[in-house]
Amino acid sequence: MKEVYYLRCRECGKKFANTPQSFCEECFSPLEVSYDYEALGKIARRETLAHRAFNMWRYSELLPLPEGFKPSHDIGGTPLVKSKQFGPSLGVKNLYFKNDAVCFPTLSFKDRVVATALVAARRFGFKTVGCSSTGNLANAVAAQGAQQGFDTTVFIPADLEPAKVLNTAVYGAKIVRINGNYDHVNRLCTQIADRFQWGLVNVNLRPYYAEGSKTHGYEIAEQLGWELPDNVVVPMAGGSLIGKIAKAFCELAHLGWVEPKQVKFFGAQATGCSPIADGVKRNLARFQPQKPNTIARSLAIGNPADGPFALRLIRESGGWAEDVSDPEIIDSIKLLAQTEGIFAETAGGVTTGVAAKLIQQRRIRTDETTVVCITGNGLKTTDAIAADFPATQAIAPKLEAFEALVAQQLEEGVRANR
Amino acid sequence: MAVTIEIPTAFRRFTDGEPKVSSGAATVSEALNDLTARFPALSRHVRDEQGQIRQFLNVYLNDEDIRFLSGEGSTLKDGDKLLLVPSIAGG
Repeated sequence: MKEVYYLRCRECGKKFANTPQSFCEECFSPLEVSYDYEALGKIARRETLAHRAFNMWRYSELLPLPEGFKPSHDIGGTPLVKSKQFGPSLGVKNLYFKNDAVCFPTLSFKDRVVATALVAARRFGFKTVGCSSTGNLANAVAAQGAQQGFDTTVFIPADLEPAKVLNTAVYGAKIVRINGNYDHVNRLCTQIADRFQWGLVNVNLRPYYAEGSKTHGYEIAEQLGWELPDNVVVPMAGGSLIGKIAKAFCELAHLGWVEPKQVKFFGAQATGCSPIADGVKRNLARFQPQKPNTIARSLAIGNPADGPFALRLIRESGGWAEDVSDPEIIDSIKLLAQTEGIFAETAGGVTTGVAAKLIQQRRIRTDETTVVCITGNGLKTTDAIAADFPATQAIAPKLEAFEALVAQQLEEGVRANR
Repeated sequence: MAVTIEIPTAFRRFTDGEPKVSSGAATVSEALNDLTARFPALSRHVRDEQGQIRQFLNVYLNDEDIRFLSGEGSTLKDGDKLLLVPSIAGG
């Protein structure tokens, strides 16, 4: 059977066969995977999903996978959690958290993109895979690379959080630490992909990699009972995820799996690295790159490759973008944990904080359905909040000691309330 | 005085396979004009219809993105390296 997907230039529309190539030979703009939707409409049926496990592969027909592909890991299929406290406290009845903090196997949405990228790596015959990463992607490439027998090398900024480095090293991946920020790492990887025959998931395999993100969007629609939300709040680093959720929603509407709807897309960034949000707020034709300085390391991309597309999508959808400071990120991580029982990494603090801001600004209406995307787990960025939780006093294993402690805490509580 | 312009593989089919091009230009703008005058087929890949450097092409002077310097007006000195890199990675 003829393949229903191919590469297409996002700017000039030129079509290319499936190859490990990420930019157009004509205009040097990024390529993305496109589909023959008419053919897809004949083979992809919503009803067949009922017999499939709830993970990202249930949408196989809508992903760039070779015929007869058999997945080796149950990736994705994360919860959509209806907010019980956070949303209602802001007057929003229908607010949901799409919780990729518990994505399998490495606790971030990057497991989804690496899954489709490694299928492409195998198909194109690469023995070595790798990535430039702010941490989560390196974790995901290392874990799935190990499981699938690839030789794995990842490139990271030298000063990345220790937990994220350890969570890559444990899988046996080679780690190359670069003295510089993520944008420096990225530039080097672009040159490495130019020189070496390696499958760098977010460089030469980028079109296939990015498609994995769509499953985050498919799941949202399915979990809402095959309905699209009114608003989505998405964290932005390279600016790819927000566009892929939009693409997922468009495809579902096109296939007739959901009613079409004008979903508003809201982008979330940290103030210390907010080139796209800044571009939206100042209505710039082109965003200005920034030098990142924020605790939200997974979003610290000052020169986002998909920034131009994110900027356009946010404007055209009627959405907006906002940013929150580092102290606001920490407060939001705590708020999310203490109201919803979800421990998100710093990027989750960003989306949560931005969602609250947008609701307060009335840019997100309280009578609408809103989904806030949580893309990574708090256990990876404990450094960011550790100082807020000093060790508590230890007591002797005696009832009197505990009674004394209760009395002491009661007194402290009374004093604090005065 | 000479600066070196490093050409990414994807551009080399327009530069007769040359990986590096030397230029005597005094600014980034002049260097790019010099490059595209020598290899006219490259011109529309470097600049868009409005004459701006294409949105998905990053230009680095030594190690710095020219947008953090004076953009195309950034001045060049002997031995400087200009690097053209497609903006493709991320995430």
